[in-house]
Amino acid sequence: MKKWLFHISSLFIFICLSCSNESTNEYVPTPSPLQIPQFFQDNILNPIIPNSNPQTIEGITLGKKLFFDPILSGDNTQACADCHAPEHAFSDTDRFSDGIDGIVGNRNSMPLFNLAWNYDEKFFWDGKSFSLEHQAFVPVTSPIEMKSTWQEVAQKLQQHSEYPNLFNQAFGTSTIDSTLVTKAIAQFERTLISSNSKFDKHLLSGATLTPEERNGFNVFMDETKGDCFHCHGSDKNPLWTDNIFHNNGLNAIITDLGLGAVTGDPADNGKFKSPSLRNLAFTAPYMHDGRFATLDEVINHYSEGLKNSTTIDPLMKKVAQGGVQLSAQDKADLKAFLLSLSDYEFINNPNFKN
Amino acid sequence: MKKIIYILIVTLLFSCHTDNDDNVFQVNTTFNFIHYWDDTKVTNTDFNTIQYTNANGEEMSIEKLRYLISKITFQKSTGETFVLDGYNLVDVTNGTNLSFTSTTTVPTGDYTNVVFTFGFNNDDNAANYQDLNSASWSVPAILGGGYHFMQLEGKFIDNTTTETGYAYHAIRAVDNSKTPQEFQDTFIEVDLGEVSITKEATFEIKMNIAEWFKSPNIWDLNVLNNMLMPNFNAQVMIFENGQNVFSLESITQ
Repeated sequence: MKKWLFHISSLFIFICLSCSNESTNEYVPTPSPLQIPQFFQDNILNPIIPNSNPQTIEGITLGKKLFFDPILSGDNTQACADCHAPEHAFSDTDRFSDGIDGIVGNRNSMPLFNLAWNYDEKFFWDGKSFSLEHQAFVPVTSPIEMKSTWQEVAQKLQQHSEYPNLFNQAFGTSTIDSTLVTKAIAQFERTLISSNSKFDKHLLSGATLTPEERNGFNVFMDETKGDCFHCHGSDKNPLWTDNIFHNNGLNAIITDLGLGAVTGDPADNGKFKSPSLRNLAFTAPYMHDGRFATLDEVINHYSEGLKNSTTIDPLMKKVAQGGVQLSAQDKADLKAFLLSLSDYEFINNPNFKN
Repeated sequence: MKKIIYILIVTLLFSCHTDNDDNVFQVNTTFNFIHYWDDTKVTNTDFNTIQYTNANGEEMSIEKLRYLISKITFQKSTGETFVLDGYNLVDVTNGTNLSFTSTTTVPTGDYTNVVFTFGFNNDDNAANYQDLNSASWSVPAILGGGYHFMQLEGKFIDNTTTETGYAYHAIRAVDNSKTPQEFQDTFIEVDLGEVSITKEATFEIKMNIAEWFKSPNIWDLNVLNNMLMPNFNAQVMIFENGQNVFSLESITQ
């Protein structure tokens, strides 16, 4: 009997110790849920946060440090922020950005904000990346961008005086790899929420629009005039994009296949993602290839510059006449409205700066 | 005492059995949406190619087809109705929401009518829906607000033999030339007829896309190809042509 009692007691003590060990070793970083603007919450679906990469204070802090650190590039000269600068709503002013060797690509740097609301999770102008984490993975090894290898990057970060500890705080391990680097950057990028433009304030608290801005909004929403709302959201969709891919009549002959090169479907040739119309005051030049230096050029394109091609979107109407033929006044008003979607608090937010 | 307990248990068991004899159960119903151009089946793999000819003789393609179904209602001969919760934005382009199963169950039995609404009735159209806003499905306030009922888009060969885009969008008809704006209801109540539900049932609802261009108004895409949302008469014609677009293909139980 005593022997039985001894065995049972030993087993009980062993179980208790095992449990105790597990709980003390499990590290949980501090949760930091996204601060979703109320009128986003009221009007659109919740943002996409992968279960495998929840937002945490330590992860966001690490992601921000990595985003601004040139250590990710092959020769330690280029950070994500070089082509995605806060003052330009995380884009840049070049038509095509250059990499560490000065080689330019063929796409304009995309601005970064409200990325967690990209419900289909297709990133880049041509939708080649699924998930924000994978988007962050690509430029590091691109030969015309940061031109590094993930092995090199992981090694440099591992030997750094601060990073191993920061990774340990963010993910509970100081062993650094590409998965954790891109997770941290994606966490930071998801915090880049823009929701305080003049037009936002108009919708929220009745801030007064000028007569030009008001008329410009009507031009935007009028199917017989701008008809911008079908692809670029509305007062009911504060993203100001449908995040879908369209051929908006830029070329009669399509050489850059865009989405078509990704899907292999000729029906997708010449289609590129509708960009958000927020923050246009900071994100020139415009279009996937940065061909338009000014907003006037963009509006003129839709008004009289459309070029027909087999995959042009059916919503690009009056193509034979070059476009919707806006009056000079409507063009000026539309521009005034579009600029009212720019969010100065966003580009000046200290949380988003180095 | 034991005898009493025995009698009670037997009575209880028989009572349960009697319930089952009523043969009324709550069951789920599923609605599948299939699409045809007259007798030819249409899926998104058929999109983007000019291969259909409408009643007016124009050759045309489909590039986008999305439409809204709401208020599926089972009506008894007694007047009692069972309305299924929710609505469904059928997206043929992306092959999503081609099947809809409501969380609401209905009792088995005989129904004089099963009815659904194409689009939203006016009450439903006045509410705010996050998923529909996210899908860029809303209608500008200057056109009365609310939501699209359908977006059908593609290309056609026009009378100058040029491939031209069309955007056949259905909304609640509004006459903006009048102050205040005048509206006409253009949601369509589609009656699938008499149905007997014996167990979980799957309805196959067929949309004949060609009908939108056929009857009673032969649709001339050369005249009406775009900017149809603010066109009151065009919206009324869409409503009229929509009366025979949907049919019940089958019920599987």
